[in-house]
Amino acid sequence: MNNKSLVSIDDISTEEMVSILDLAKEFEKDPGQNLLGNKVIATLFFEPSTRTRLSFESAISRLGGKIVGFTDASSSSVTKGESLNDTIRTVNNYSDLIVMRHPIEGSARLASEISDVPIVNAGDGANQHPTQTMLDLYSIRKTQGSLDNLNIFLVGDLKYGRTVHSLLMAMSRWNTTFNFISPEELKMPVEYKLYLDKLGLKYYEHSDFSNIINEADIIYMTRVQKERFSDPMEYEKVKNVYVLRNSMLANTKDNMRVLHPLPRVNEIHTDVDANKKSYYFEQALNGVFTRQAILTRLLGLK
Amino acid sequence: MKETKKQLSVSAIENGTVIDHIPASNLFNVIQILGLDKIDNQITFGTNLESKKLGRKAIIKLAGIYFEDDDINRIALVAPEANLNIIKDYEVVEKSIVKVPDYIAGIAKCVNPKCITNFEDVKTKFKVVSKKNVALKCHYCEKITDQEHLVIV
Repeated sequence: MNNKSLVSIDDISTEEMVSILDLAKEFEKDPGQNLLGNKVIATLFFEPSTRTRLSFESAISRLGGKIVGFTDASSSSVTKGESLNDTIRTVNNYSDLIVMRHPIEGSARLASEISDVPIVNAGDGANQHPTQTMLDLYSIRKTQGSLDNLNIFLVGDLKYGRTVHSLLMAMSRWNTTFNFISPEELKMPVEYKLYLDKLGLKYYEHSDFSNIINEADIIYMTRVQKERFSDPMEYEKVKNVYVLRNSMLANTKDNMRVLHPLPRVNEIHTDVDANKKSYYFEQALNGVFTRQAILTRLLGLK
Repeated sequence: MKETKKQLSVSAIENGTVIDHIPASNLFNVIQILGLDKIDNQITFGTNLESKKLGRKAIIKLAGIYFEDDDINRIALVAPEANLNIIKDYEVVEKSIVKVPDYIAGIAKCVNPKCITNFEDVKTKFKVVSKKNVALKCHYCEKITDQEHLVIV
């Protein structure tokens, strides 16, 4: 990993990726090892992200580490006008590793160049959120047994969705077939399609998934947000097309699993929750093991 | 014979570098990128000169100054067709054209308004992902800045 930090999923070699997934599997078997007993981890959340923060803090706490930090920028010196440079230079004196969430894109890369201790990017605006991608990969490998030859359906907001872009980039390292299901206004950006063309990977675009859903190994759902539409009428027309219901899963493959980065609003109907093919809550749990693997690897403990 | 009668628009130099075929609209960007406003050497500029290739071109003649390739290639972003003549004793002893470098630092502004380089005091860095129609990938936010949106800092 670049500079002992984890900033972007593109920084990790495929070999390292697999090695981290293997390590996460060890933590799944035994998540309570006291590996961080004498370590202090800073969690700097310049914008609130309760789910991600709790997942990191759970990962750290289960390994016996201590946590310092703040949960949103209003309770930090940032509100007094302190630069990121000064915040990082100060906090890296107090901690062995910094987990950072920041609304500005590229902030994590800059922090990794300033800091003496490893930085883990827990989301920098619309740019990168590599630990989310790693837990998605872990969930896919665990449920499918392998990352090879899968048919992945990405559904919803494929234009602005950071998680689907990173997942696409990561899964394109294996022989993956992609199906993109989105409204016209939120289609997968052309740069990602060109990238898949270059690699010779297959992808198909659809405006709904009613007649192809049975081919899926993974259905990765994301939220279609009203704010993304320039014309509110367009939103009204498509808002129910991208809602997954239990009845739609009747003839899907046995190995198929439904993933979602959470929080969910209404894009997966609650009647899916009882179906054994729903996997989004287990996916969130996998985030703890994956983050344990990433933290201990960056600290050179594993 | 016609050549000799033609009057030079910008007077010749004895020793130094002539940068020719700069798009007239980007002359001041070239001056800024090379820091020519901060040096003491004798420099003559000509702009809005007729050019078959560019329509209106600019030319810079720098007395006693020679550039390293890495330095001069920095202007390729705003003057991709510029060429260099090295002058010794009023004679052109070497000609070269600028090349778009693979990486650039501190010249262009990242087009992404949410990029950290537009908030924090930090030098921009880009990987050049396309040289023909220049496209720059920001080292920080990973977004692409293309020719159309290029702003020199």
